[in-house]
Amino acid sequence: MKRVLLWTPFALAALLLGLMLARLDAPHDETIASQWVDKPMPAFNLPPATDGIPGLAAADLATGEPHLVNIFASWCVPCRVEAPMLETLRARGVRVVGIAIRDTPKDVASFLSEYGNPYARIGSDVDSNVQIAIGSSGVPESFLVDGKGIVREQIQGVILESDVDRIVAKMKAMR
Amino acid sequence: MMRRVLLVALVFAAPLAAQDAVPPAEYAYRQLPDARAEAEAHALMTTLRCLVCQGQSIADSDAALAGDMRSLVRQRIAAGETPDQVRAWLVDRYGDWVSYDPPLTPATWPLWAAPIALLGLGGWLAARKLRRKRSGTGDGE
Amino acid sequence: MIAETGLLLLWLAAALAVLQALAGFAGLSRRGEYVAISPAARPLAVLQGLLCLAAFGCLIALFLRTDLSVLLVADNSHSAKPWLFKFAGAWGNHEGSMLLWLTILGLGSIGVALFERQLAPRIVSATLGAQAVLALGFYAFLLFASNPFARLSPAPPEGAGLNPLLQDPGLAFHPPTLYLGYVGLSVAFSFAVGAMLAGDANRAFARAMRPSVLIAWVFLTLGITAGSYWAYYELGWGGWWFWDPVENASLMPWLAATALLHSVSVTANRDGLRAWTIMLALVAFSMSMIGTFIVRSGLLTSVHSFAVDPTRGVFILVLLALYIGGALALFGARIGKVASGATFAPVSREGALVMNNLLLSVILAIVLIGTFYPIAAEALGYRLSVGPPYFNRAAGPIALGLVALLFVGPLLRWRRDRLARLPVIAWMMLAIAGVGAIALVVLVPRSAILPALGLALGGGLAIASLLPLTRRSLRRTPATTWAMVIAHFGVAVALIGMASNAAFTEERLIALRAGETTTVGPWQVELTAIDPVVGPNWTAIEGGLVARYDGGAPTTLHPQLRAFTTPPTETSEAALLTRWKGQLYAVLGQPTSEGRWQLRLWWKPFVTLIWLGGILIALGGALSLVARIGLLRRARHYVRQVMP
Repeated sequence: MKRVLLWTPFALAALLLGLMLARLDAPHDETIASQWVDKPMPAFNLPPATDGIPGLAAADLATGEPHLVNIFASWCVPCRVEAPMLETLRARGVRVVGIAIRDTPKDVASFLSEYGNPYARIGSDVDSNVQIAIGSSGVPESFLVDGKGIVREQIQGVILESDVDRIVAKMKAMR
Repeated sequence: MMRRVLLVALVFAAPLAAQDAVPPAEYAYRQLPDARAEAEAHALMTTLRCLVCQGQSIADSDAALAGDMRSLVRQRIAAGETPDQVRAWLVDRYGDWVSYDPPLTPATWPLWAAPIALLGLGGWLAARKLRRKRSGTGDGE
Repeated sequence: MIAETGLLLLWLAAALAVLQALAGFAGLSRRGEYVAISPAARPLAVLQGLLCLAAFGCLIALFLRTDLSVLLVADNSHSAKPWLFKFAGAWGNHEGSMLLWLTILGLGSIGVALFERQLAPRIVSATLGAQAVLALGFYAFLLFASNPFARLSPAPPEGAGLNPLLQDPGLAFHPPTLYLGYVGLSVAFSFAVGAMLAGDANRAFARAMRPSVLIAWVFLTLGITAGSYWAYYELGWGGWWFWDPVENASLMPWLAATALLHSVSVTANRDGLRAWTIMLALVAFSMSMIGTFIVRSGLLTSVHSFAVDPTRGVFILVLLALYIGGALALFGARIGKVASGATFAPVSREGALVMNNLLLSVILAIVLIGTFYPIAAEALGYRLSVGPPYFNRAAGPIALGLVALLFVGPLLRWRRDRLARLPVIAWMMLAIAGVGAIALVVLVPRSAILPALGLALGGGLAIASLLPLTRRSLRRTPATTWAMVIAHFGVAVALIGMASNAAFTEERLIALRAGETTTVGPWQVELTAIDPVVGPNWTAIEGGLVARYDGGAPTTLHPQLRAFTTPPTETSEAALLTRWKGQLYAVLGQPTSEGRWQLRLWWKPFVTLIWLGGILIALGGALSLVARIGLLRRARHYVRQVMP
């Protein structure tokens, strides 16, 4: 008993240091994943983010067709990098809609004219309410939503070229 | 402390590179008119973690998303929701990570039981030592 | 040339540390004789420390000259910085801060080598040996994994600059203060290791260890107090403690050192708690190393303040494992050899100090568990955050229990006492505090329980902590009693400040145009102007505020929104108006669309008591240190008799 007690500090320290080593060894993922996957899109109705492109409502996502909902902003630098990938996805038959975060119609319009417009609809989420309601924590992010309006996947950060085939296949399968 | 300062610095640095032109959400930097509701909302905000500058609560952050979350919290409190309901609403979306107040679940009971268990264990060890010492059979500390 | 000299000095110091370790441990030869080489440990320790200090001087010289051909300078400095920040920039980075750590470790060795004359030579040389082994690991780390003197070729035309938030006089003093604390604990750690190796821990050992514990504790207290105030005015949201992992990293060694300070007094005065004191000395420095590692490695939060690549992280972690694991294994194996100390009754000064140690240890464990629980949970695939609500609820009541203990503990006699003997006034204060807390909770609307208890107990303790002075005439009261009373009074002062800030702070968030007025608590605040200002390496928008307390005389405040160019960063500089009743805290925010400016105002009654209390606590420690060193001199005679 006494011996156990005397070696307890050593054991506890070993545990703590082991934990620290494990943590150091596997740098943790710092992004916060949405818990809203496999849940229906919450009710929302966002006004158009810029002239000439309709806004976005939850009803637009429950039409029987799957959608890729892209959370973006004109002030977000990585979004510029992502724009060509979204264009590729659109060209391959993926329905891309956008939610513009904290943006103005003028900025959105110039962003689209400079980097292309893959979006069929863009809702303007000026105070991030819809973004928060689906558990998104930054821009850019994309949510794959099936034809019933249920969120099936969250993609955090920029969609890369290597992701395109998988996304196209998944969208087809969700049809 | 230094880390925290740097976190803030980085958060500030980011918007400079890419500033959004939209004014902050309505209640990001504005209090609710009802002092009671504001106190409730403020207490709640200090226990919600900012998603952008991850070392701070949304009550201490200048990040735009934190401002939007403050506005959302204040509006929901003003609409009559209780702080626990608002917290649960956010936890549904971001997981327990978003709340600085860990829930009492099977995964966290060791955390919450620790203070009482340690007090009990420490008290028992100290008492045992003292008793043994007084009876004069002590063989070390 | 300076860089090469610095590197050479580091290599020489490391070589001397090898010799110091050999000489130190030679004293522990199997025959237990004091081997001839052992006396060399002292001069070796002095020389090693001085060489390291000189190497650090080289690094400072490089920063002051902004020698951009040195990688570290180019990465972290800029020729347009004010000189103070060039100077402090030397340790505002990973390599430099490690060298600062080693330098202070060297100074600790010098202190032991020069001033420790009472303790058995066997223990002293084993202590110096342990100190050298500690230093060697960090020398290896600097020389093999993070050379601060590495050259950069070709030299860039200009440096990358230092983070503007770190361009603050706070930076110049905060890390060195904390490091003095950490390294003071390394001396206590080495004493504990030395005592275990020598198989001997008695009153002389505790007395030898005590000054280093006191020095460490004073600096940790000052470091935490200053760091807290720095975060308070620099972060611009009026908070002073966030239970952030980095703060916890500095709090844990302090808690362990506080426990150690009290247990070492039992060992030094009554020869009790020998093994426990050794244990705490090991824990306190282990916490310092773990704390430094957390801060340096970015282990616990996501953004790396000092980018540490995994190799370096593993290197430090292996060092920690060797030192902490080695020392604790030594404890498990050898502590039985350390003879048991004196005994005491539960109701006695020792009993109260055991209680103090128990509560402090539990608080330490709570902070440790709360800080590391998210990592453990994440390893199992569950992500959660542990923050203020947990720490306040779990540690708050125990801390208040500790405060309640302070009402009576210092009045107890050593060895054996009766509670009935204690002055009635101590019990009265405790009762009044209890009743007061209940009254506050009941009478003040929406008051939280912890702040109410804090106010009541703090108020009671402010009086009860003075009671040890009443036992004899003030002039005959020993300096150490004064020191204890000042420190405990400081606890009361800080507690009142914390509780008052939590209970009575008023907040006003508002957007004003120039000429408009708002109120916060008893203050009327008018925004009079918004003007641009230019500083040495920044430009700013400055708000002109005129504040009147209850319609009284006007005072102006100038909060700023600063923009730095290298690197491009924006900070807000809060403006503080300090009155004896509290502080008015003003922050200028962004402009809104209608030509208004966001203002954040707080009235924080008695908030300054938090840091005033911290300073008083440190002052008590400093006074005790001065008195102890004097006592040591007087005790020389006694110890010489015990140790031939």
